Amino acid sequence: MKNLSKWWKSGSPWIWLNAGAVAISMVTVIALLSLILVRGLGHFWAADIVEVVYQGEGGSQKIIGELIRKEQVDLKSLGAEASEINNGERWLLKTGNREISADFRWIEQANVVSVSKPKELVVLERSEWGAFYGYLISVSEKGKLVAKGENAWSEFSQRVERVASLRKKVRQLERVEMGAINYQLEKLRLKRKKLEIDKADTPTALEKIQLEERRLGEEFDVYMADLRALNQEIERDSAVFQVMNGQEVSISFAHVIEGLRPNSMGYAQKITNYISTFVGFLKDDPREANTEGGVFPAIFGTVVMVLIMSIIVTPFGVVAAVYLREYASQGIVTKVVRIAVNNLAGVPSIVYGVFGLGFFVYFLGGTLDSLFYPEYAPAPYLGTSGLMWASLTLALLTLPVVIVSTEEGLTRIPRNLREGSLALGATKAETLWKVVLPMASPSIMTGLILAVARAAGEVAPLMLVGVVKLAPELPLDGNFPYLHIERKFMHLGFHIYDVGFQSPNVEAAQPLVYATAFLLVLIIVILNLSAILLRNRLREKYRGVTG
Amino acid sequence: MSDFNLYQTTPRQRQRAVVDRLARWGVELGGLSVILAIVLIFAFLLSVVLPIFVPASVDRVAEFSQSSLAQSQTKYLGISENGEIGFRFSQQEPLQFFYSHDGSLIKSFELPFDGRLKRVVPVDKEGHIFALLDETNHLILVEVSYLVSFESGERELIPRVGFPYGEESIEIGALGDPQFLNVERDEEGLAFVYLNIANELQLEYYPAEEGDEIGEVDSDYNLEVSFPVDYLLVNDTAELVLALSKQGELLVLDIKDKDDPEVLVNQSLLVEPVTVQNAEFLVGGSSLILATSDHVLTQWTLQRKEQGDYRMVSPRSFDLPGDSSALITEARRKGLLVFSAKQELTILHTTGQKELITTGPLFDRADNIALSSRSDAFLAEVNPGEYRLFDIDNEHPEVTWHGLWQKVWYEGYHSEEYVWQSSSADDDFEPKFSLVPLTFGTMKAAFYAMLVAMPIAIMGAIYTAYFMTPMMRNWVKPGIEIMEALPTVILGFLAGLWLAPTLENHLVAVFSLIIVIPLSFLITALAWQFMPPSIRNLVPTGWEAAMLMPVTVVAVLLSFEVGPLLESVLFSGNIQLWLQENMGISYDQRNSLVVGIAMGLAVIPTIFSITEDAVYSVPHHLTEGSLALGATPWQTLTKVVILTASPGIFSAVMIGLGRAIGETMIVLMATGNTPVMDFSVFQGMRTLSANIAVELPESEVDSSHYRILFLAALVLFAATFVFNTAAETVRQRLRARYSNL
Repeated sequence: MKNLSKWWKSGSPWIWLNAGAVAISMVTVIALLSLILVRGLGHFWAADIVEVVYQGEGGSQKIIGELIRKEQVDLKSLGAEASEINNGERWLLKTGNREISADFRWIEQANVVSVSKPKELVVLERSEWGAFYGYLISVSEKGKLVAKGENAWSEFSQRVERVASLRKKVRQLERVEMGAINYQLEKLRLKRKKLEIDKADTPTALEKIQLEERRLGEEFDVYMADLRALNQEIERDSAVFQVMNGQEVSISFAHVIEGLRPNSMGYAQKITNYISTFVGFLKDDPREANTEGGVFPAIFGTVVMVLIMSIIVTPFGVVAAVYLREYASQGIVTKVVRIAVNNLAGVPSIVYGVFGLGFFVYFLGGTLDSLFYPEYAPAPYLGTSGLMWASLTLALLTLPVVIVSTEEGLTRIPRNLREGSLALGATKAETLWKVVLPMASPSIMTGLILAVARAAGEVAPLMLVGVVKLAPELPLDGNFPYLHIERKFMHLGFHIYDVGFQSPNVEAAQPLVYATAFLLVLIIVILNLSAILLRNRLREKYRGVTG
Repeated sequence: MSDFNLYQTTPRQRQRAVVDRLARWGVELGGLSVILAIVLIFAFLLSVVLPIFVPASVDRVAEFSQSSLAQSQTKYLGISENGEIGFRFSQQEPLQFFYSHDGSLIKSFELPFDGRLKRVVPVDKEGHIFALLDETNHLILVEVSYLVSFESGERELIPRVGFPYGEESIEIGALGDPQFLNVERDEEGLAFVYLNIANELQLEYYPAEEGDEIGEVDSDYNLEVSFPVDYLLVNDTAELVLALSKQGELLVLDIKDKDDPEVLVNQSLLVEPVTVQNAEFLVGGSSLILATSDHVLTQWTLQRKEQGDYRMVSPRSFDLPGDSSALITEARRKGLLVFSAKQELTILHTTGQKELITTGPLFDRADNIALSSRSDAFLAEVNPGEYRLFDIDNEHPEVTWHGLWQKVWYEGYHSEEYVWQSSSADDDFEPKFSLVPLTFGTMKAAFYAMLVAMPIAIMGAIYTAYFMTPMMRNWVKPGIEIMEALPTVILGFLAGLWLAPTLENHLVAVFSLIIVIPLSFLITALAWQFMPPSIRNLVPTGWEAAMLMPVTVVAVLLSFEVGPLLESVLFSGNIQLWLQENMGISYDQRNSLVVGIAMGLAVIPTIFSITEDAVYSVPHHLTEGSLALGATPWQTLTKVVILTASPGIFSAVMIGLGRAIGETMIVLMATGNTPVMDFSVFQGMRTLSANIAVELPESEVDSSHYRILFLAALVLFAATFVFNTAAETVRQRLRARYSNL
């Protein structure tokens, strides 16, 4: 007992409690990352499909679906009349086939008669109505039966691939060729309006525009005909499936993105499929109100926005840091600058959004519109949220990150290097440019990486200044001037918020949200780790010089 | 480098000097632009916010007299929405439209009348439709509208006259004094309310939609009123009729059911000898405004008592400068204009609870006054044919300091309350802009976040800086940095979609963690203490945290195992139900606890890093001195290290608080975003930041709502500015002190 009180007085338990706080933090970080990792990566795995014989209210029935999770429930608290079972396990099955029945279903384990995994079960990924589960019965071409029974599956797979390549052509046609014509037509419309405003709408000028419009219109019609032909080709085939209640459903190949028989796939096949699904997630467009498909536009939008932001923020951040370290005499002014930098870092990001919306979008954009782009009226051109304003806003937001990091780098450069350069007759600017900045460049890089990581994860200000849930066009494309700074764009972080909280069917969207979150976390963790490594290496490097 | 001039300079040297000087200027400019940026943000936010606090003003912009407008007595004077065009119904002349700045005639329309015009009754609040009554008690409805034309190159308004209910007039045979005729319409028809020849209150309802001919009367109702009626008012939704005497006796009739009107209130509003001078409905039709002889203006609104009967109650009253001669209510806002007997104008707003301006006498007398429906101009006929036009600059009357930060009695409420409810589809809506629930929500969220973050972050940082082995420190610090870098949208999404349901299912387990985890640490510590030295020597000191990590995991798993058991034993199986039944606490899935934990995680790294930095840089000779004098490491820590580093810890908490206050995404995703004021940990909240994120994209530029959201941003900016500046000043001072030690 005496020992115990001595132990207590020594403060050792407090030290252990403090250590515990670290342990809690570390466990939380690891747990969070693993949660995202497991759920996010699980999304791409072709899970087995189960066929459950279920004793429900209306007698025995078959339920086909993917087992999402099992839960222990207190059925009494759910308000169910608990006759014999009080507590039980219930399963959430994703039964898909949204056009026929509800796509998620809870069942009680106690009522399950048997569970099997028939090899013939097919899961379809479709362009509408979500996933489909059923047995393939037959495949037909233009209404004529081509395959039935055992060889139907190989026929089916081939035709899915054929449709996929056709769909690719359609996409190319719509996006690139026809998109370009629409873009040019819009430009011509604006040109005409501009001429009218400038009172330069002479008949010859107008005629020229009209001629051009007619030419583009004809070109468009040609593409349109191609498109119609392609679409007809896509709709040529159809397949008949049997769903869980025995009903036979015919599905056009036009809606089938991918068909799998996961129960008959081996691990090697599943891994191959896993990789291709993951790649598809990275490079496809979202479908069905963003709840399915890929996130390519969101990745693309994030990257372009972050690039423009980097171009803006780097010079400003570096110059400010150079001022603080190399030019300003340490005094009241630097003190105020430092306070300003700290406040820039501490101002809530949403305030940047408000400022960006009010100042950049409405004030600057509105003014530029009325001065230089009157032809767009009444629709705003720059006076609406878009890529440019979002990048500027985030540049302001990440400015302190670059300043602080660069300044740290400048502090570590030994004084004698500068003095050596000056003694050899170089001016201060030359010393800065040829000696100081090259040596500080890794720390500038570190700051930039951290700024990029911050910008990639920031959502609140972007919601106000340019991010949308679905952007019809990418901010970078083949139409002059290639980079469209006025366009709205998609963003990974906003995608998570939007799909997770704004979509009508959150349960169905959850796997995609986790996958997107995984992607975002991966990017940010990699960026941060590389910044940390870079910084540590830098410190090692100068330890020698200063020592 | 200024020494360049001392020597013979070559062009190349001169050029280098120029470049050097340019570089200096550029860098200085760049450095100072940081200050500029922060000042710009502040100034811009302020410039958007300021107009809501600019007092109203009234200016005379034109005066003219026109002989063409002098003929025949004016029966009604109107003005277009933007105040550009005036129009006048007169006894005998046609309907005349004229420019309100000089009186020059634009157009006149003959009206289909045989006799003389006796009375004009405006039907809609916007001033487009009028009921015209002639001397033979025949009535016709006229619509005044404007066509925007660009034909002459300039924007031009062309007045038009139409007959929305046909050109046939109807006779109101039983009409007594025409002064008491009221016409209002709802979606399905027109209601005529008047005093008939027998001095009874009479209601006639004609089911007729716009574009229909007025057909046969559908319902006909009359009621004897026990007092002499001096004011007879119908509200703009044609649902309530008020009969009022000069002495303040009031009868309220509900005419929602036109076949069976119901008397709701029979009440005396005034005490002798006070009399009514003016009475009018406020827009929205649920408040009565009375100007009385004791120079008070009172708002009365209908309130349902518990027994189900109604009473008129008065949410507020204003003092007036004198007797009132005219009372005009605004068409789109809860504002009103009162002209005194001396023709001083007082502009008031009921929700804003504020007298916005009182002018000097504007003119000697006014026969007719017309207020534009935007309430930014009014036209007064001061003598036959003589007019004055005034501009009113009063953009944001509903926003006042009082309305933003104090309790307000809104229409339809039973008492004064703090309410944030900004948007609604129609103009009749009374916007409720109280920042109090939002500020409360912000502080509540920050409080719970700090409650979670502070102990973990500060204790963890102290341990990391003071006790931990450098090797483990090299792992912990990047770990914390990764935690800091996690986007808040990720934390928010996990909080909303994973943590909230998990908490709901395992509430008991999570609460038991508060005891189980520290207890398990202490037990481990104790067990370690009494381990044989051979085992203790396996792990050197400074690795305690690593050893506790598996302990944490086991403790959590254990709690989640035992949780359901505890729940069924202590809370009869369902804690939410138990709380509801026994404590009256309702449980919201996305609640403050979820926000506290999620935002706590976001704040921990901020506080951790700064605290760790402060503790780590406590000069070594201080701690070594203490240890040399025989103090234990723990004593050294509490008596020397923490005391020295306390300013640093303080600034860490300040910065953490600043971050918690401004955090948006976590709150947006982890709460229900309902602006309730409730301390309960199981209820959600709406914070200033989340409110901005939700409402700003939909808010109309330069509207009151838009400016108030900017004010919210300014409040956030100012709050974080104070916290950050305080923290930074403390840190700068601390750094100076360390370097002196």
